[in-house]
Parts: sequence; C-alpha cells; structure tokens
Amino acid sequence: MSTPSYNVIGTRPPRHDGADKVTGRAIYAADFQMNGLLHGAMVRSTHAHAILKRVDTTKAAAFPGVVAVVTADDFPQTPDRIVDLGEGETPVSHLRGNVLAKGKVLYQGHAIAAVAATSLQAAEQAAKLIEVEYEPLPCVLTAVEAMADGAPLLHGGDTNVTAHVHHAMGDSDAAFAGAAVLIEREFTTATVHQGYIEPHAATVLWNNDGRVNVWCSTQGSFVVRDVVSCLLDLPVSQVRVTPTEIGGGFGGKIPVYLEPVAALLSKKSGRPVKLVMSRRDVFEGSGPTPGSMMRVKIGADADGKFIAAQAFLAYEAGAYAGGMVGAGAMCVFAAYDIANQTIDGYDVLVNKPSTAAYRAPGAPNAAFATESVVDEIARELKMDPLELRLRNASREGTRRADGPKFRRVGCVEVIEAMQAHPHYSAPLGEPSHAEAKRGRGVAIGYWFNIGLPSSCVISVNADGTANLIEGSTDIGGTRTSIAMQAAEVMGIPVDQIQPTVVDTDTIGYTGVTGGSRTTYATGWAAHDAAQDVIRQMKLRAAKLWQTEAVDFADGVFRAGERAMTFAELAGKMSETGGPVVGQASVNPRGAGGSFAGVIVDVEVDTGTGKTTVLRFTAVQDAGRAIHPSYVEGQMQGGSVQGIGWALNEEYWMNPEGRMMNASLLDYRMPTILDVPMIDTQIVEVPNPAHPFGVRGVGEANIVSPPAGIANAIRDAIGVRLYHLPMNPPAVAAAIGGQK
Amino acid sequence: MKKTYVSMELNGEPVEFLAEPSQTLLECLRDTLHLTGTKEGCGDGNCGSCCVMLDGTLVTSCLVLGVEAEGRTVKTVEGMATGAKLHPLQKAFIDHAALQCGICTPGFLVAAKALLDQEPDPSEERIRLWLANNLCRCTGYDKIVRAVQAAAKEIREEKQAQ
Repeated sequence: MSTPSYNVIGTRPPRHDGADKVTGRAIYAADFQMNGLLHGAMVRSTHAHAILKRVDTTKAAAFPGVVAVVTADDFPQTPDRIVDLGEGETPVSHLRGNVLAKGKVLYQGHAIAAVAATSLQAAEQAAKLIEVEYEPLPCVLTAVEAMADGAPLLHGGDTNVTAHVHHAMGDSDAAFAGAAVLIEREFTTATVHQGYIEPHAATVLWNNDGRVNVWCSTQGSFVVRDVVSCLLDLPVSQVRVTPTEIGGGFGGKIPVYLEPVAALLSKKSGRPVKLVMSRRDVFEGSGPTPGSMMRVKIGADADGKFIAAQAFLAYEAGAYAGGMVGAGAMCVFAAYDIANQTIDGYDVLVNKPSTAAYRAPGAPNAAFATESVVDEIARELKMDPLELRLRNASREGTRRADGPKFRRVGCVEVIEAMQAHPHYSAPLGEPSHAEAKRGRGVAIGYWFNIGLPSSCVISVNADGTANLIEGSTDIGGTRTSIAMQAAEVMGIPVDQIQPTVVDTDTIGYTGVTGGSRTTYATGWAAHDAAQDVIRQMKLRAAKLWQTEAVDFADGVFRAGERAMTFAELAGKMSETGGPVVGQASVNPRGAGGSFAGVIVDVEVDTGTGKTTVLRFTAVQDAGRAIHPSYVEGQMQGGSVQGIGWALNEEYWMNPEGRMMNASLLDYRMPTILDVPMIDTQIVEVPNPAHPFGVRGVGEANIVSPPAGIANAIRDAIGVRLYHLPMNPPAVAAAIGGQK
Repeated sequence: MKKTYVSMELNGEPVEFLAEPSQTLLECLRDTLHLTGTKEGCGDGNCGSCCVMLDGTLVTSCLVLGVEAEGRTVKTVEGMATGAKLHPLQKAFIDHAALQCGICTPGFLVAAKALLDQEPDPSEERIRLWLANNLCRCTGYDKIVRAVQAAAKEIREEKQAQ
C-alpha cells in the first residue's frame, strides 16, 4: 500500500482538553460536586475467605449524620442468569456478589456494606460501627495451589478451575521428535495492579422521577449503565451515566464496583451519594491482573525453524470466573509461524480480588515465558536472537492455533526495524563499577486488538466549524485522535472541530475505551460521520448550483467552474434545508493486531541484585499513526509499566491472604528516577480493514518488556530468572545459586 | 469536634474557612474551598498528585493539616496561569504531549515549577531526582522530562529578552 497524502493525519496538534487538564479545571470523578451531596464509606472484609455469619448495621444507622446504610440484601434478588454487559459473559450473581458480598467473602477487601452520611468523617466513623461476624475458611492464593487436590474451594463444586481453553493444530508431540533443539521451562509471575493514579470514584442520584443519574470514572459508560440497570432491575433507559474525566484505567476501570452501591444508598436516602476508594481499597478491592504459572516448550530444527510448541498456562481468575487466560492462550505463540502447537489454558479461582484486564491482559505473562524460551534457543543455536525471530515470524496467512489466519500484519517489519535500529548495534559500554555487569535483551509481542460498537455525531456550524460528540471516555488524547480523522475527511483543520465525550442518553452505544479500540473504532465512526456530513453538503451544493455532480476534495466543493470552501457552504445551510448533522455507528470486525518489540540494555549490580535499565527502545506497528506523539506516549507508557512488572511490582500476600504492601510506597511502581528516556520507533503497516489503516496502539507495547528485560539480565549475569518480578533479592539469589 | 477558623493566602488572594481538626489541607482545598485541581491519588504522600506550595516550600497537601495553613501562603495549580496566559510549563506539557489521563499533571506542574523557580537550567538527572516523588502511570515520564526541559529553556529565553 502506498502512503496516501494526508493533511491532518500524522500531524501533532495540541489536544482539545489540554487547557482544562493543565489548569486543574478538568473535572474527574472525585471532583464532582452537587447540592445535598452525601458522602459514603464502605466496610470491606478483613478475611480472605470466610462465611459471613452476621452483618449488623444497627449502631451505624444510629450514628449522627448517617442517612442510609446498605448491604447485599438491599439489591433486588432477581433470578440468576448469564449476561454480557461489556465485561464478558458472567452470571448476574457474580457481578452482584463482587459489588457487595452475600453469604461469603472471597478476598480480603471484598465489600460488605456501605454507609452514606452528611460528612465523610461521619460516614467513615459509622462504617467502623458495622459489626461483621466471620467464620474464617482456609484460603488459597495461587493458581497452582488452587488446582491441587484438596484445595479450599471458592464456589463449591469439585474444582477451582472455571474454564479450560484448548487450542491445537498439527501434532506437537510427534513433531518434537524431529527437533535439533528442544527447550522446556516453567515460569511464574506475581499478581500485579494496573496502578492508575486516580482511585475509583462515583456519584449517583436516584432522582424523584425514578431515573438513576451516575457520574463516574470509567472506561465504559455504557458498561456502567448496563450493569447498574441489571443489578437494580431497571430498564436501561432509566439509567444515565455521565463519564467524568478519567485518571487512568489500563483495563482496571472496565469493571463496575461503586456505582450500584452508591445507587442503593441514594435510593434509600433520596439524595446524591458519592463514593471514593482509598488507595488501599484500590489495591484490595479492584483489579488486579493475574499472577500465573506457565510451562512453555518449543522445538526448533538445526536452522532455527520452530517445528513444534506447547504451552500450559494457569492464570489466577481471582474470586470470580472470567480471568485473562483466554487472551493469554491466543497470544502465547502468535508471533511465530509454528505448524504444530498445543495450548492449554486454565482459569483458576483464588482468594484475591476478581482479576481485571490490564493492557493486553494475559499476553505479557505468556510472552515472558515464550520469549525467554526463544532466547534460550537462540543461545543454543548460537544464532542472533532477532534473526531467529525473523526466521519464524508470523506473516499474512500464518494460522494461529486458536483458529484465525493473520491478514496483513507487521511482525516482520517490527523485527526488521529492531535489527536496523542503531541501538541494536551500539556498544553496551563499560560497567559503572567492578561488581556491575551489563547485558542486552530483545523480545517481541502481539496483541490482537478489538472492534466493538462505536457511535459518532457531527453537527456543522454556520461558520464552517463543527461539533463532534462521541461516547469513548478519553484516557490519553482520543478526543483529538478521533476528531483528526473527521477533520481529514471534512478537509478542515482539527482545531475547527470541537469534540466532546457525552453521556449515555446523548450518543449511541459505544463500547469500552479498551482493547486499543478507541482511535480505531470510534475513529472509524468519526470518519463515517464526516463522510455523511460531506454527502449531505454535496446535496446542498447541488441544490444551490442546480446541478447533480458535485465533487469534494481538499476542503472545496466543486461543480464545473463553480467552487465553494467547506466554510462558505456551511454558511448557506439555512437557505438549503437547515442544519447538517452527520452520524454513524460502526461495529468493525477488522481490528488489525499489533506487533511490538523492545531492545533493552541493563546493568545488574551483582552485589545487591539491583537491575538498572540503561537504554530502552520500543518498536511498534501502529498501522497508521494518527497523532504520532500520542502513539509514542502509549509506547513509552506501556514500556515503563512493563519495566515495573519486570523488576518490582507484586502483590505481596501473607499466608492469610492479606496484602502486605497495599500502598504506593510499598507497591513499588517505577518513578521518573527509575527509568531512562524511552526511545520509540513507529512502524506503519496499514491495517487494510480501517479507512486510514489504524491498528490501535494502546496495548501491544506492554507485552514484550518483561521478557526483554529478563533476556537482558540473562545476558548480563549468565543466569536466567523464571519468575516475575526480578527484584534485587531474586536476582541476588539467582547469582548466589550460580556461585 | 468544633471546627477551627483558618485564614490564609491562596493563589494571591486572602481566604477564610473552617476546618475540622483532622481535615488535611488537601481536603480543605478540594471539599471546602472547591479548588479541585489538586488531586488525591494515595492519601499518604507517595504519589505527589496533591503537591502545592506552602510558604514557598513544595509539600504534599495530604500530609498537611488544614489548620496548619493558618496565616500562611498556599499556591496551587489553579494559580499557575497569568490571566489567559498559561505558564510555560503548562504550555509545554500540552505541546510535548506530557499528559495522557492528566490526573498527575497538576502535581507535576506545581513540583516542576518549584524546581525551575530555584534552578533555571536543571540537568535531566536533576529533573528526575526532583520529580521522583510524583508518580505518573501513563507517560513513562519521557515526555514529562522533555516538557520540563523545554519550559526551562523558554523561561530562560523570556528572562533574557526582558
């Protein structure tokens, strides 16, 4: 595909919400204020697994200032059924049970009851007066323990395994016999959190007309609407969700936690109620993403061609079924063309919060295993690790074990860009002290991206500007990347389009801001809505000029000798039939997966075991970079989250299932001092299934960093680590074990 | 418990309010004075989202009591722009795409301004050391460092031109 010439796409305009966000004027969920607002506080389980024998709210209800107290009993007890409200298929009882526990608590931090009072202080004091009597049960905290015979069972039955995913093609067992190199290793990763800086927050007003109004921080306002209406047994039209600005999500703000509880409190009190999580609540009551145990086996012939591969993936689901192992199983070998594959994935209940998506959920775990094994094969064969990857890279037509054949993808182009990058041939430099060792690692990764429905409406103003409304909450500049696609079609500068994210009453259904889909799918809706505008305006020009054939190019309408700019014609809307409003809804099926890779240099202090990232280069296929700065920003952000996952982050649980590091001091996310500049190289292999070639860039960038860092550490110290995080004690122990 | 009367200077203007003895300065700013630009990310001084200047010193306002502000001067992100003109740091954060979700941005801006007010030409290492108390989960920090460097340069050039 030749590169078309664009006026707006590929430029770097300032974001439309920039001024609001640098002046402190942007309203996030916790900033929302309302007359008569009550403040809520929650009671959360102090046990990881226990029967709830008694929940007594009498004293709390009598506390001065308290207006309402609710427990799970306040939900309408509708019959259980399976629903898919944007978080995947799940029983209503699980959604309801995760919001407020009934009968049993399944993790420490599980919400049990809530109080609304005239001040936050009163609500918090009253919440402490709620008496909860527990009958503690043994807890189980890892997938491996939870799969063992005799493990405590979270939901009864005879197993904690809620799903077994199996993909196979060819005959991997037989094909391994022909392998010149065969590597099989076992890996584990700790539970990690998405780590968004804004805690969950929601305000709900159950109005006197029976309508439920929600203002909250969410990745999917329609998911919130549908979950609230489902749990409260209301028609969908009775719930209006207005998304506020959102302070990060990374997948963790797709699940609905607070809104149904605030709704119950508002119904009881007749007043608006605000609930805000503390940072401890965020760690203990939201997210995280699964810890995992994986076995990966890959066989290659003497030329380095992979001939067979097997994977066993056991991922924590957390307290309820529906974890991330399915996606892990789709991605584990997706980067490679391997004829014989067997993949088994297990979704396993453990006494931790119900796991949530986190940026390419499930894929970084799997890539840590696969890319470590690939690195070992390269070492065995004494082959350049990128050359080995290139030899086996997925291409158009490569079939994945889970079924799909790749359309045009950029795996080869990403690897070639890594090979050609100056970083790959730069010297590592001398270690900074006698006990330091340096190494370089590479890894690649894949994320499939998703489509889902999106809607967009564009109203043309008489001065030639336009207002665009859409339903995708904007976490990273998507107002602008969406408006840019409309501006390209309409032939006007993007600062002439004012994009606004609106509530669920005002726009058609729009799926979550997740799956790297917003610039792809909502951008597509904007493209189509802009085309609708142009189609209508051509008719207006035809009417004015009394002709049929009107052309539009570069912002100018033409018919023969006559010409009018977009703005000139916009000024004649009244006389040609009234306002022009373009609209479109899409449900695209052609999400183009994104490949990405990293080159990482590290220095390991062999005395302390501390790893310092010296240089980091991220390469990713964006399909088409609409706003290159925001693409780079996604790559840099995903890279640094990957660095944290690799080197420090973990839920540190005691045997009773209490998280011992539920603060931002002890759950150690990377600071600005921990990381170098993150070099980026955008590769553009346009997605043939998008009008501008967009693939979506939010996620693939976190897949390969943990593996790349593991491979760099192996290069530095000569010993491989098989567990994340590779924190200083773990690295020191690995060095010690070698001595 | 009875509330305490507090008067202080906020972004150049005198303000008066009543604070509960346990209320933090952050809560007073947000809930009582309705200046919600200062954010709460953790409540225990570890994320930097609530950075404000207290008598010219950079503090995390979740670790300062409201009553401690009596008679003192507080500056928040809302006081950074001069009328319609953004502070060079604010403009640089937009121009260099140094924010994604924007929740940490007010804290970074206040902290970075505190640095540039003292040191007009800090090295990359110095910028990273100074901002190490401010967590950002979106950007990977690269563009934040570049925005601070660009703003520092612009401020130096503005001063030279004067």
